[in-house]
Amino acid sequence: MAPAATPTQRKDVDPVEDPAGRARFDELITADQRVEPTDWMPDAYRKTLVRQVSQHAHSEIIGMQPEGNWITRAPSLKRKAILMAKVQDEAGHGLYLYSAAQTLGVTRDRMTEDLISGKAKYSSIFNYPTPTWADMGSIGWLVDGAAICNQVPLCRASYGPYARAMVRICKEESFHQRQGFEILLHLSRGTKEQHEMAQESVNRWYAPALMMFGPPDADSPNSAQSMAWNIKRFSNDDLRQRFVDMIVPQAEVLGLTLPDPDLKWNEERGHYDYGELDWNEFSEVLKGRGPANAIRLERRRQAHEGGAWVREAAAAYAERRRAMAEKASAEKVQAA
Amino acid sequence: MSDQSFRISAGDALTAEKITEAGEKPTEAVADYALRLGDDALILAQRLGWWIARAPELEEDVALANIALDQLGHARSFLSYAALAWGRTEDDLAYFRTEPEFVNVQLVEQPNGDFAHTIARQFIVSYYQFELYRRLVDSSDATLAAIAAKAVKEVDYHRDHATQWVLRLALGTEESRRRMIAGLGVMWPYVDELFRDDELVVSLGEAAVLPSSLREDFDTMTGAVRAEAELEHPATDGLRGFVARGGGRDGIHTEFLGPLLAEMQVLARAHPEATW
Amino acid sequence: MSSPGADETEPWPLWEVFVRSSRGLSHLHAGSLHAPDAEMAVRNARDLYTRRNEGVSIWVVRSSDITASDPDAKGAFFESPRGKEYRHAGYYTESEGVKHL
Repeated sequence: MAPAATPTQRKDVDPVEDPAGRARFDELITADQRVEPTDWMPDAYRKTLVRQVSQHAHSEIIGMQPEGNWITRAPSLKRKAILMAKVQDEAGHGLYLYSAAQTLGVTRDRMTEDLISGKAKYSSIFNYPTPTWADMGSIGWLVDGAAICNQVPLCRASYGPYARAMVRICKEESFHQRQGFEILLHLSRGTKEQHEMAQESVNRWYAPALMMFGPPDADSPNSAQSMAWNIKRFSNDDLRQRFVDMIVPQAEVLGLTLPDPDLKWNEERGHYDYGELDWNEFSEVLKGRGPANAIRLERRRQAHEGGAWVREAAAAYAERRRAMAEKASAEKVQAA
Repeated sequence: MSDQSFRISAGDALTAEKITEAGEKPTEAVADYALRLGDDALILAQRLGWWIARAPELEEDVALANIALDQLGHARSFLSYAALAWGRTEDDLAYFRTEPEFVNVQLVEQPNGDFAHTIARQFIVSYYQFELYRRLVDSSDATLAAIAAKAVKEVDYHRDHATQWVLRLALGTEESRRRMIAGLGVMWPYVDELFRDDELVVSLGEAAVLPSSLREDFDTMTGAVRAEAELEHPATDGLRGFVARGGGRDGIHTEFLGPLLAEMQVLARAHPEATW
Repeated sequence: MSSPGADETEPWPLWEVFVRSSRGLSHLHAGSLHAPDAEMAVRNARDLYTRRNEGVSIWVVRSSDITASDPDAKGAFFESPRGKEYRHAGYYTESEGVKHL
């Protein structure tokens, strides 16, 4: 028998074409079953997943910052606790996803390097700044709302570790959107200044949230392959439509308007029509020319590099303890 | 969802909301005492919250956030209870008092510094709070006793967290050891204040815990960790070699509390009529 | 063996976390994390995987210390039990209707 790989690891990083493995893989995908780390998989499948899962992880980690920005200033102790718990969840979700990506043969260190060097991408939504408290509401309601639309189908993604991470994440995130909605509801029904704060924030976040689903299907070259592999279950435009249909009635409950003059119910389609999105801006922000890109990466870099001495200390301590234990057991053997 | 391997729940425990709902009014003196403990926890939570998204490793972001959330929970319970005496709310107390009205010990307002500074502060605070809550569980005031009963278990974990890191930093690398010693040097001058009795606590009798009664256990317990970590007594390492004059319980603070409060209160104060 | 899941060059190794959700149930795999040593791993696991009352007990084990069956030997390893219906109660139909059997 071949030396065993642990269940969390792939046996080979660069799999050679293996006809039996290929057949087995195709069989799993056709049967809508899960692919596990130790299964043979096409290199393109692995690469697509590494890219998607690590980008997803980076998004969680970078996504901590725009909200973390308000932890120290949250306007009530209850909101402070909620916000802390939410940002903490995002760290946890990043960790679950890094672990899932790691089963595909890439270390977290590598992924972190790629992030702070600017090589890796993350969701461009987090390159927008959060100047007001109402942005905590908009992020929860719109950004997390869009994320949930995206993520629920990912719980059935064909790659087992990714799907499992998403199940845990979706369970935990169920409060994220609601708390954002509540923040906006309180603002909208509050003083005049609070209402204005809420409306101004929703005006800024609406379009970027819609763009979180990615470019229109016609301009999304990788989508078809991802759908064929059962990584992606619905097209960008389908998910975007689902999201728009969800938030329009919610905005009415909030007493806030959505900044889109073309937004109206289409009886024939049974959906809301919405206006053209500015994809130029999207691609600019994605390329890192968003207002907060440099700030986000710099903060991540500082935390990582600034913490190096701590990580080294813990590793050195573990090594020292291991050496001491070894020595003690050697002495014991000698004594016996 | 198909995955049934784990279930999540909120669990059952004492919360600030339940204390407010119960409406059990403390005496004026008990409220003053609860305010002190609440302020300690609040200012510490405010400091720790800063670390989220800045910790040395992601796992530590999560760990520090847990500790901050525990402290914030204790703060909300104590402040909600105190507020009942004055017909106010936890938020009135947190957001609309001025600096001299805050009665936290000066230790908790000390800046985060590097990770070793924060761990040094955690090391001192958690051992102090553990000894305090361990005794407050027997308070003649039922609400204080109930808050302490929940808090003592959580703080026990904070103690463990701090201990693990003191050992690793002190015995890790040369640099981490140097930083650990420096961190303890900066924080240790604020230790004495934790154990000072005053009129209020004496007057409270069985309802409160005399700070001076905690000192011996605190010294023994922290001393044992220091021994294992091969650390001298911080006072003799003497980076600064002074003992802070204290006065936090009387509203006297170091220059670090003002900016902390300014940041914490800025939004609430900009909209004094608002609810959130 | 060298493996991407637990890379030896990483200063903090990878750990697998198992959580017992309540007394009487077994520990189930919850996920993984990085930690410098076992003491920190079990603490990180507590912070990461039991924030919502998911557990009453935690195990951690170095990922590289797990020995697994060879995925390429799936056939050889797992074919045998298939078709051995006589290991299961449902195979025995003649006793149907007889009480306490």
